[in-house]
Order: sequence, then C-alpha cells, then structure tokens
Amino acid sequence: MKRRLFWVPLAAFVAVAGLFAWMLSQEPDRQVRSRLIGQPLPAFTLAPAVPTKPGLTTAAFRTGQPRLLNVFGSWCVPCAAEAPQLAKLARAGAKIDAIAIRDTPDKVAAFLSDYGDPYAAIGDDRNSSVQLALGSSGVPETFVIDGQGRIAHQHIGAIRDEDVPILLARLKAAR
Amino acid sequence: MRLLLPFALLLAGPASAQSNVPPPALADTQLPDPAQERSAKALMETLRCLVCQSQSIADSDADMAADMRALVRQRIAAGERPDQVRDWLIQRYGDYVSYDPPFSPASILLWATPLLLLGIGIVLARRSLKRRRR
Amino acid sequence: MIAEAGLAALWLAAAMALLQLAMAAIALSSRATEPPQIVRDLLAAVRPVAVAQGLLALGAFAALVALFARTDLSVLLVAENSHSAKPMLYKVAATWGNHEGSMLLWVTVLAVAGGAIALFERLLATRTHVATLAAQAAIAAGFYAFLLFASNPFARLSPTPLDGLGLNPLLQDPGLAFHPPTLYLGYVGLSVAFSFAVGALVTRDVGRDFARAMRPWVLGAWIFLTIGITAGSYWAYYELGWGGWWFWDPVENASLMPWLAATALLHSVTVLATRDGLRAWTIMLSVVAFSMSMVGTFLVRSGILTSVHAFAVDPTRGSFILALLILYIGGALALFAFRVGTVRQGALFEPVSREGGLVLNNLLLSVILGIVLIGTLYPLLAEAFGVQLSVGPPFFNRAAGPIALLLVAGMAVGPLLRWRRDRGRAVARRIAMPAAVTLIVFIALLFTDAGLMPLLGLSLAAGLAVASILPLVGRSPWRTPMPIWGMVVAHLGIAVSLAGMASDSAFTAERLVAARPGEINRVGPFAIRFEGIKPVVGDNWSAIQGRLIVTRDGGQPFLLRPEQRFFANPPTETSEAALATFWDGQLYAVLGRDDHGGRRQLRLWWKPFVTLIWAGGGLIALGGFVSLIGRVRRRRAR
Repeated sequence: MKRRLFWVPLAAFVAVAGLFAWMLSQEPDRQVRSRLIGQPLPAFTLAPAVPTKPGLTTAAFRTGQPRLLNVFGSWCVPCAAEAPQLAKLARAGAKIDAIAIRDTPDKVAAFLSDYGDPYAAIGDDRNSSVQLALGSSGVPETFVIDGQGRIAHQHIGAIRDEDVPILLARLKAAR
Repeated sequence: MRLLLPFALLLAGPASAQSNVPPPALADTQLPDPAQERSAKALMETLRCLVCQSQSIADSDADMAADMRALVRQRIAAGERPDQVRDWLIQRYGDYVSYDPPFSPASILLWATPLLLLGIGIVLARRSLKRRRR
Repeated sequence: MIAEAGLAALWLAAAMALLQLAMAAIALSSRATEPPQIVRDLLAAVRPVAVAQGLLALGAFAALVALFARTDLSVLLVAENSHSAKPMLYKVAATWGNHEGSMLLWVTVLAVAGGAIALFERLLATRTHVATLAAQAAIAAGFYAFLLFASNPFARLSPTPLDGLGLNPLLQDPGLAFHPPTLYLGYVGLSVAFSFAVGALVTRDVGRDFARAMRPWVLGAWIFLTIGITAGSYWAYYELGWGGWWFWDPVENASLMPWLAATALLHSVTVLATRDGLRAWTIMLSVVAFSMSMVGTFLVRSGILTSVHAFAVDPTRGSFILALLILYIGGALALFAFRVGTVRQGALFEPVSREGGLVLNNLLLSVILGIVLIGTLYPLLAEAFGVQLSVGPPFFNRAAGPIALLLVAGMAVGPLLRWRRDRGRAVARRIAMPAAVTLIVFIALLFTDAGLMPLLGLSLAAGLAVASILPLVGRSPWRTPMPIWGMVVAHLGIAVSLAGMASDSAFTAERLVAARPGEINRVGPFAIRFEGIKPVVGDNWSAIQGRLIVTRDGGQPFLLRPEQRFFANPPTETSEAALATFWDGQLYAVLGRDDHGGRRQLRLWWKPFVTLIWAGGGLIALGGFVSLIGRVRRRRAR
C-alpha cells in the first residue's frame, strides 16, 4: 500500500504532462463567441452615426430578408482591411447594416469616403452598449441576421477573401 | 522576464487601437451612493476583460473594459443586483466573462479541489501520526 | 567576434556538461567497496569539470551582455530587442528582456550553481556529491541543447539594420531591470535542491547530513524568490496604474508556486535535519519545488495559457521545454517511486510537538500550492473538454484565503512548541498572550467597516507579530542562534505583510473623477487640487504630465506629477502613477484620458499601510538571509 502511494506523484505528473502535450498539439480556438446565436437580436435603437444615413433599430431586421450586421470602428485597422470584402458582399446582393463603435460622425464619414460605403444604415454605438448586448467582444465582427430578426451566425475578426462565399452561403441559409 | 512580458504585451495592445471618443463618464466616475459603488466595484473585480489577456475590467486600460465598467455602474445604479448583471453578461459571453466560475458540471471539480486536497492531506498526515504513535 | 566567442563558450559549456554527466555516470556505476584508482580519479575530476562548465556559461552570458551594451545590431537578438537611443541600464537589462537571453541567463545560473556546489559543498559523502553534480549537469545539458538548437542568442543578422526595434517601455524601469535575474536565481536555485534529491535517491543516502547540506542552498534560492516576488508585486502595483498588487495572473502564479513549495521544503528539511523524520516527503518536495519552476517556465514560454491576442509564440519552443520537463521531472518522479521505498524509514514523532507543527505547516502549504496549481491549470483542462471558463481572484481568495489564515494561526503557535513532545496545557499558557492580542484587535476592529477576511487578517497579523517575538523571550540577544533570529524576523515579516494586505483591502479610499483645472477633490485625509497638464520630454519618451497640489489635513502642500507617457520605439503608451509615501500609507494618483470637454480623468487612492506588504516581504527575505549566515557560519565552525 505504502509503495503504491509513491507512484501517485508520477501518475499525477503524467496526467498534467499529457494535458500540456495535448494543448500544444492543438490550435486552440480561444475566440469568445456570442452565446446569442439562434436567439432573437436584442432590442435596440441607435441614432444615425453619419447625418447622410439612417440609424439602426431592431425592427429593421424583421423584414423577412436576411441581413449582415457589421460591427466596426473607423479607428480600427482590420476594419479598413475588410472594406473591399464588404464591398464584394454588397455587390453580390448582401444587405449590410453597421454599428459604429466609439466613433464620431466626422471620423465615420471620412472612413466611408476612404474605404467605401457598403452600408444601408449605420447606428451610433458610442458606449458599446449594443455591442455588449450582442455578445460581441471586439471589432470587426459580422453577424448574419435571418429574416425574423434572429442571430444566425457570428464572424469574428476581419472578413478575408475566402470568407466571402461562406458568408453568402450563410445569408442564403438564413432566408 | 517571464513575470513581466505578458503584462507588458497586454498593456501595449490597447494603446495602439485607441478609439475616437473618450470612455463614458461612468467608466471612471463613482456612483453617488457608496453602497452601490461598493457592490459595483466588487462586481467589476470579478469580470474578465474580453480583449485583454488576463485582467479584470476593474484594472484594465482597454476601451472595452471601460465600456463594461460603465455598463456595470449603470445597471447597478438602476437597481439591479450584481448577480443579475453578471448573469446578463454570462448569457452573452458564457462563463468565460466571469472570474468567479459559476457552479456547473464543468466547474464542480474546481470548487471541490480545496476540500479534496485538505481531506487527502489530513488523511495522509493522520495515518502517519497513528502509525507513529504505535 | 564577441558573438562568435560567446557561441563557442556556450558549445564548450555544453560539452563540459556532457563530460561531467558521463564521468559521474561511469564512476557511480562501479559498486565496488574498494573502487579502483581510475574510479577514484573520475570521482575527483567531476568537480573541476563542473567549475569549468560554470565559468564557460558565465563567459557566454557576459558576451551577450557586452553585445547588448554596445548595441551590436549585427546580432539578431540585439536588433530585435534593443535600440541605440536608450539609457545604458536598459541596454544591459534588455539582455534578459527576451526569450533567448533569459534562457541563457537561466542556464548560466544553473551552471554557476553547479560550480558552486562543486566548490563549496563539503558535508555530502563523495558519491552523493558526484551524483548531485551529475543531476545538475543533466539538467544543464538539456537547456544547452535548447539554446543551441532552438534559441541561439548569438545568431547574426545580415544586412545589419540601421537601428533596433527597442525594448518594451514597460520594462524600462530601474526596479524592473534587476527583477528577472533575481527571480531566476530563485527558480534555478531550486534546481540545486532537485539535484540533491536525485543524488540522494541514486545513492540511497537520505538523512540528517543530507538535510544539513541541502538547507543553505534551499534557503538561498528561497531568499531570491522572496525578493523577486516582492519586487514584482511592487512593480505591478505602481506600473499598472490601478492600485492592485496581486492579480492571480497565471504568470504571477508561476512565480508563487515555486515559492510555496520552497517554503514547505525549508520547514520539512528542518524536521529532517533535527529529528531525521519526513525523509520521503522532503525528497518529494525537493522535486516538486523545481518542477514548479519548470512548469511555470513552460506555461509562460509555450503560450498555451495566453490568449490569441498575445505575441506569436514559437510552438517548437513549447515542445522543447515540455520534452525537458517530461525528461527531468518524469525521470525524477519515477526514480522517486522506485527508490524511495528502499530509503530507511525516518524517525517517528508525537502530534503535539514542534515537528507536529511543522507537519501542519507542510500540509497547509501543500494544499495552498495545490489550489494555486489547479486553479491555474483548470481553464486549460476545461478547454480540453471544449468548455471556456475563467478562474480568477474570487476563486483563489475564497479557496486559499481561509487556509492561509489557518496557516498564519499555526505559524504563531508552531515555534512555541517543544521538539519531540509538548504538553497541551503548557502550550496554552505560552500562546495566551498572542491569543489575547488577536481577540482584542478583532473586537476593536468590529466597529470599523472592514469585511470579515480583512478583519481576521488584521487580528491574526497582530497575534502573529506578538507570537513571533516570543521565542526570543528569556534568551540573551547575543547568544541566540542566528537561525532563531532568522525565523523570528521572517515570521514577523509575514505578520507585517499580512497586516498591509488586510489594511489595503479594508481601508482603501478611492476617488475617481473627471476634473477641471482648479478643481479640488478629496480622498482620505487629502485635498487634491488639479492644476492642469503640461508636456514633458524624457530620454526616449514624451509625456503629458498632470500637476496635482496636495495638502494633508491642511498641512504643507506638495506637488504630485502623474504622467501619461508615449514611447516611440516601439510605439506604446503607458501611465506613470505618482505616489506619495507616508509612514501610515501611500497616496496613489493616476492621470487618465481627456474627456473632450476640458476635463481630465483622475484616479486617486489613499491606501493606509499598504507599504507594509512589501516591507514585510523585505523582512521575510532578511530573516532568510540572517538564517543563511547563521547556517554557513555554523558549518564553517565545524
């Protein structure tokens, strides 16, 4: 009995080392995903982020048509990087709305004129309250919202070229 | 340098992506009611900043942490209990957002750890004492 | 040239380590009672080889320091981590401010410690001594391989860049420059305990002499760990700008775990040295202590604990360290399992006795260590099962806090117990005064708004402070042995530190405001007038400086200047807190952002007696130092 006890430390160590080895072999997905996928969009009303475009409310997503909801900030570099892909999505027929996080009208307007404007409406989320309500943990993020106003999919990080067909397929599926 | 590098890197992050507006007032202003402020502060210390490496929102310079502090103060000031605010965030971000792991099948082993270890330790020590007394 | 010389020294040191290991292995494999001359020669030759290895590693490290001091940009490591426009102190500190350099420092400490064992250790039997040096060489060989094959610090860069990328500004702080080497001396110093244990297992020679031989080395490593953790905590306190001094961050835990294990080891080794008990347990702790150093290194270096937002971590490095971890720790634990059963049973003892108290100390410290370890690893374990969760301060405080307080209570009683056997009633009489002090403080503080844990912390700290001095009562201060003095000072340090922690959490006053110039705000006994901001320029940074005129209770006004600093290489923004230290606490001021409406965010804290936390840490280390001097002198006298 006593002898067997002396093997316990080695056994515990092997378990821990195994865990370490397994973690090293993995490419862990550490993104914090929204838990609201499959649930209705939280209710919100946002004022326009730029004077030339309408603001955004939950009602806009209950039109029977799936839409993309892009969470961005004019101060965020990856957001500028994904602009061409958003434009591509818009050309392919996707309807895109946006929420501008911690931003000012002049900066948003400058961003749109620099990088293009694929958006139908942009809501001004100055204190991230809608971002937090969505369970979004950074910018840029893009949500696919189905025709009934439910969150169908969350894309975290900048949209790369290879993500465009995926998002279009998600949009189609959310119809 | 191992004690420091991760700290250093997580702090360097937010500075490079400074947003265009200052944090909301409630991010860094106390609530007028000291009791409410105390419970808001205590809650903030147990909520994890989502864009930092490992800091609570109570001691992070990140913009998002500031927005979350404002959200906590706002909701506490509106009369919500700290648990309700935490649950609201967990609904959106999962248990990850809480540094205080909620009881669940996944965390049961963690919470049992102290008692388990203490139990094993006492048994080991007592058994050896009995044997020694003989 | 310097780089090539450094690399050559590193290769030679590696060769010496292999030679040392091979010679020791051959010599020890002879079991003859009358070994032939060649075996005796081999045994004798291991020592000089160990010294040579230490000197060569030191040479390689000196070469790297020289390259950084000269900012030799043709060396990749220098170009990536330093910059010519930087004060000399930080050029030198940049040597260990990166992966390769810090690993070289790591192996240098390992090799120098090995050389020191070879030169100064006289208590051990020859065979055990050689086995210890063999174990030390085996660890070093692995780390040399790691450096030479996966993290060469001397790699050249062609073409030579115009300037370097710079050192992270947060690391450009005088206190910080010497923090990593201190911590490393502690981490790697524990390798000595590990090698002693392995050596003793190889020769089955575990006893009082072994414990006496090991004790000063453990004490030395423990002192450095204590200083390193204390300094790191103070750095986090003033540099991170939120007034916190311990965050239960995995990286902090990585430094706390070896300390907990080493503290337990220090106490169990005393039982082994005095009463020849706890043999297997002491061997186990020696292995565990260094394991914690290596696990910590692995966790931090492999990046498995840090998030995707962290810097890119080289996965081969992680695999390499994991391989070393499995080889050494797994090997030592297997050796333990095979051999420790054949180590003679140690002495037996009574529950109410000094050794009984030390068993309790080891039990509680080990439980705390287990809690910290499992709390740190649990998110990884959960991740393996596809669950995301976070374990942070609320868990650690709730799980480890009560046990730590129990430990403090035990710490007050333990040193008042007699060795071998004591009587309950006599013990009760001895602890009557500290117990009364604890109770009085507890009742007095019931009328403040301190929470339960700080309340218990403060009253137990008071009781411990009294109890820790009692071992001196009735002794002549001149004739009291130094180790007793050391224990008294270290335990008093725990009381002081605990008082600081409890006071900070119970009585801190906070004021968060957006202030206009001219506005006066109050926090604690202070009135603080915000004068406005002005730009200032430093060596390699510029800053916005806030100017605060502070008066305490209407006394003499003084100026506080918190800053927001901007560094160019690499571009980073940091906030520099301004601190005003008083005998009874610290005023802590941070300058925040502009609110775009003519106001500045200010964060102000009055933290009564917070400085006791680090003063206590200093006392703990001082106690260790006094004890170390006593042990070394006593050995010399023999």
